Amino acid sequence: MSGMLTSGASDTSGGIGGRVLTDGVDISHRGILYLEGISVSFDGFKALNDLSLTIDAGELRCVIGPNGAGKTTMMDVVTGKTRPDLGTAYFGQTIDLTRLSEPEIADRGIGRKFQKPTVFTNHTVFENLELARKADKRVWPTLTARLDSTAHGRIMAVLETIKLAPEAGRLAGLLSHGQKQWLEIGMLLMQEPQLLLLDEPVAGMTDDETMRSAELFRSLAGDYTLVVVEHDMDFVARIADRVTVLHEGHVLAEGSMQQVQENEQVIEVFLGR
Amino acid sequence: MPVGFVPLNLRTGTPNFARLSASATWVALGVAALLIFVVFPVCNLLVPPGSALHISDYWITLFGKIMCYAIVALAMDLIWGYTGILSLGHGLFFALGGYAMGMYLMRSIGHEGVYQSDLPDFMVFLDWKAYPWYWRYTDHFWYAALLVVLVPGLLAFVFGYFAFRSRIKGVYFSIITQALTYAAMLLFFRNDTGFGGNNGFTDFKRILGFPITAPSTRMALFVLTGFALLAFLLIGRAIVDSKLGRVLTAIRDAETRVMFSGYNPLYFKLFIWTLSAVICGIAGALYVPQVGIINPSEMSPANSIEIAIWTAVGGRGTLIGPVIGAAVVNLGKSWFTQTLPEYWLFALGLLFILVTLFLPRGIAGLWKRRTS
Repeated sequence: MSGMLTSGASDTSGGIGGRVLTDGVDISHRGILYLEGISVSFDGFKALNDLSLTIDAGELRCVIGPNGAGKTTMMDVVTGKTRPDLGTAYFGQTIDLTRLSEPEIADRGIGRKFQKPTVFTNHTVFENLELARKADKRVWPTLTARLDSTAHGRIMAVLETIKLAPEAGRLAGLLSHGQKQWLEIGMLLMQEPQLLLLDEPVAGMTDDETMRSAELFRSLAGDYTLVVVEHDMDFVARIADRVTVLHEGHVLAEGSMQQVQENEQVIEVFLGR
Repeated sequence: MPVGFVPLNLRTGTPNFARLSASATWVALGVAALLIFVVFPVCNLLVPPGSALHISDYWITLFGKIMCYAIVALAMDLIWGYTGILSLGHGLFFALGGYAMGMYLMRSIGHEGVYQSDLPDFMVFLDWKAYPWYWRYTDHFWYAALLVVLVPGLLAFVFGYFAFRSRIKGVYFSIITQALTYAAMLLFFRNDTGFGGNNGFTDFKRILGFPITAPSTRMALFVLTGFALLAFLLIGRAIVDSKLGRVLTAIRDAETRVMFSGYNPLYFKLFIWTLSAVICGIAGALYVPQVGIINPSEMSPANSIEIAIWTAVGGRGTLIGPVIGAAVVNLGKSWFTQTLPEYWLFALGLLFILVTLFLPRGIAGLWKRRTS
């Protein structure tokens, strides 16, 4: 029954920002996410093969790689959806992610956006953000929860950030694909996470929406740590601090976009031998 | 205005249509309360039988029964309509509540049974010498009332905990609940389990010292049932309008997103599932003294499927819809079983098909379509 007792930290902050140096996650050694020697196999297929990866607090890391390279599986491991066969996954210095359930990991401060935008279609945009908001998420506090002015202010601030303020009262199911992507990102921001995992966040967006997403992500980096999986190389070049290339469940190369593009092995994998 | 735009109440974050229809809801509730607490009692007890305004005992019993069914449909709506979990075993919880109350009524018969024994007739008949442990203290009304709540509640809690923890969903969950009620029915049918076999419990004489067939007792039970129905409607409304209610609907629509938002769906499902079972148990306890019998056929899978049909016909996810659905279907059933008994199941099947094809949101959906 321990899941019922997970801590729901009190909510004090009103605006966005200042999320790096917060309680819970020990980032005293700069790193916020440590994956070491992770292996995952499904029916003999090695989705991840001795994957080691360190993400620094506040950076914007892009993860690229061909289909089946293990990008989504890596996110599954970090968010508790998949348990690794081997290896360790730490959030900060102290939080062992392989021992926590999905809601517990979300509660500790890791937010995840899915490849296919996943929002609550029968709730309004406002209600979607309200439900995602960092709060005590056990049954009884949820039953008796009332929306105070701080919470309301924060929802309005995020609505501005994701440019959906005019749509606040619309059912989320009626939004365009790009708007749903933004709403899901807004829901992550409401959780006040320290680490955001974004799986193909600009897929299906118009050029204009993609541009605005790039601006948004750049503005979030520093305050938040972002890990972005993306196929759009122009987009990656525009936003990434550093790029990690995955291939067959293993890190092939890591560095700036330019370093990665000039890497012999990367060229071989992407362009074929 | 864009399609689907709902004016938003920015203070509460709830769409304004909920507030607009709130006054209409209160009027409807007031009318229902007036009918149940004033019109029916007066027209049944005070207006003489010859008068055109007289409501006969037949109708009081029928409406009392229908209100019990309506409570069950309401409970079904909480778990199916709002949370998206289809139970095909809700008849079990209804029957368990009924059996707990039934045993109290059996013991209230005293020595006036056919065998004039300390034990109820069925126990003498089946050669029982003493009460088994689980029937101990059931001669006390309040203990029996406690069982009405505890037995369905505990069973639902334990069953739900393991089923939801194993992430059993959709049709698999429905089939397991169906099997559960079927297994319980077989257990209750047996003569050696102490539940009265296929005859169940019947021939009740009194409840809390009042003769059970007296018009005033019947009316008291009717009013009590009406009170329970209105109370559960209000409780249900408070729950679905709360943040917890929005989490339940979110679980129905996108459970993984709920999990990755930091809610553990297990406990939310368990809460509403157990509450739903307890409400069914209470409905069963109100049902048994009014109809005068409880037997294992209440646990038959067909009964539980019928509960789902009432809910679907009335309109899932509306609370009031399933109440209307239970009333419409059961009034239809009572008319058919008197006039064209052999055609009732055809009519029920046809109704279900027509509603699924033309009214996917049920009878309540008609009203919503008109207002939007």
